[in-house]
Amino acid sequence: MALPFPEPRTAEARHFFAAAAAGRLELQRCAACARVWFFPRPACVACGSTDYAWFAASGRGSLHSFSIVRRAPSPEFRDRLPYVVALVELAEGPRMMANVVGDDALEVAIGDALELTFEDRGEGRKLPQFCRAKR
Amino acid sequence: MLRNRAIVAGVGESRIGKVPGVSALELCAEAARRALADAGLGIRDVDGLLTAYTMTEPYPVFYGALAEFMGLELRYGAELTAGGGSSGVMIRDAALAVVSGRAEAVLVVSGDNRATGMGRDNAVAALAAWGHPYYEYPYGGFIPAYYALIARRYMHEYGASSEDLARVAVTQRASACRHPNAHMKTSIALEDVLASKPIAEPLNMLDCCLISDAAGALVVMRAERAAELPKKPAYLLGAGEAFTHEHILAAPSLLDSGAGRAAQAAYAMAGLGPREIDFAQLYDCFTITPMLLAEECGFVERGGAAELWKDDRASIEGRFPINTHGGMLSHAHAGATGGLFESVEAVRQLRGGEGERQVARHEIALVHVEGGIMSNHATLIYGAQPV
Repeated sequence: MALPFPEPRTAEARHFFAAAAAGRLELQRCAACARVWFFPRPACVACGSTDYAWFAASGRGSLHSFSIVRRAPSPEFRDRLPYVVALVELAEGPRMMANVVGDDALEVAIGDALELTFEDRGEGRKLPQFCRAKR
Repeated sequence: MLRNRAIVAGVGESRIGKVPGVSALELCAEAARRALADAGLGIRDVDGLLTAYTMTEPYPVFYGALAEFMGLELRYGAELTAGGGSSGVMIRDAALAVVSGRAEAVLVVSGDNRATGMGRDNAVAALAAWGHPYYEYPYGGFIPAYYALIARRYMHEYGASSEDLARVAVTQRASACRHPNAHMKTSIALEDVLASKPIAEPLNMLDCCLISDAAGALVVMRAERAAELPKKPAYLLGAGEAFTHEHILAAPSLLDSGAGRAAQAAYAMAGLGPREIDFAQLYDCFTITPMLLAEECGFVERGGAAELWKDDRASIEGRFPINTHGGMLSHAHAGATGGLFESVEAVRQLRGGEGERQVARHEIALVHVEGGIMSNHATLIYGAQPV
């Protein structure tokens, strides 16, 4: 069963996934107060300004917390078990959710250095993911 | 100021567990009738109704459907939802409604038939729908995994163990075994929790709340009406709320939620502090949840929650009883209903007379409910007397 992919209906989400399809993780930075936020929204979550700019994130992060999922929430994830659901603290500040992917994913620990990768979910659609950083 | 001015006049529970062939609406009406009987009232005495939500019977206006089903005539009614925290908001708003003259007697009701009306797989799938549709759901998360993120971080920060978490489940099951209407009444040991099926590490099946058919109800009135009642009421002494985030990816912190702010506001209204609380009912969707809430409500220092459950200290006979009905882990969980049962149990304990489930000191109780992923918080403080 195919893994799900979002059908974004907001302008910011469409921008985010279009960038992902092109291999970039893009974040928003407030022009008024310099706050960087995730997830994509139309105005700064710190000061409310709608004046912001997209920029490409470094792709570096660290593992804030994780869970190894052993029971799938829905049939489409059953073939993937077990998998790592993670909160990644991006070098730019905000946290995002991702799977830790790769052969050594199940050995992750909090604080691990992570780097950005993309998972192909078919039809040119790519989901930002993270793997453990190569030493 | 709301302190001392509103009471819970009666409480009721529907049949709980697997109740096939009974709709969410019927469960809600059953709990409501029992709460009214407990308060010595009939349906003609009710002029206010607040309900939470159902997932099995998504009426456009659920309170209207329930009022019509029961034959209520209302001056005041609404569907008030804050996820698992709904009961806290409903009870406070009901208190404000009676104190301000908007209504005389407000029924507060929540119920759903999640066990037989939804089926286990659908109920679990519904837990995935709480994740953000774009930035969480595609990663295969669901509510147990989101709480597992909190549990893992907590264990990392404070060195808590899976045994510490499991002790919460064992304690609460022992309490549920003394409750005449609890869903799960088979005693469990620490090893049973640790050996139960892994769901989302570090949480196993027995670290997770139940999926029940259940409804609960309370009647809220002005304190001046206390003398008319057949049973002792519970006085609302304090209430506080806080919101920080909807989705776990946007939580300011995994360990400092809004619970502390909600509790502080409730303490401030009541003019009380954590040392004056005799027992607590703390939201327990997972074993990690009441541990965090006990710390944020000030019953123990940060990182020290495991101590509260060691040596049976949180049991009914313990130094500080927590979740004396068994909580959502063992008594019942059906949407916002599990949180509402915390208030039902607090009122019963404050009255006294719960037999082998009765706690020794029962003057002041704290209830904390939360919805989402430690997202929206509400604290209620009740007293057997005004303060």
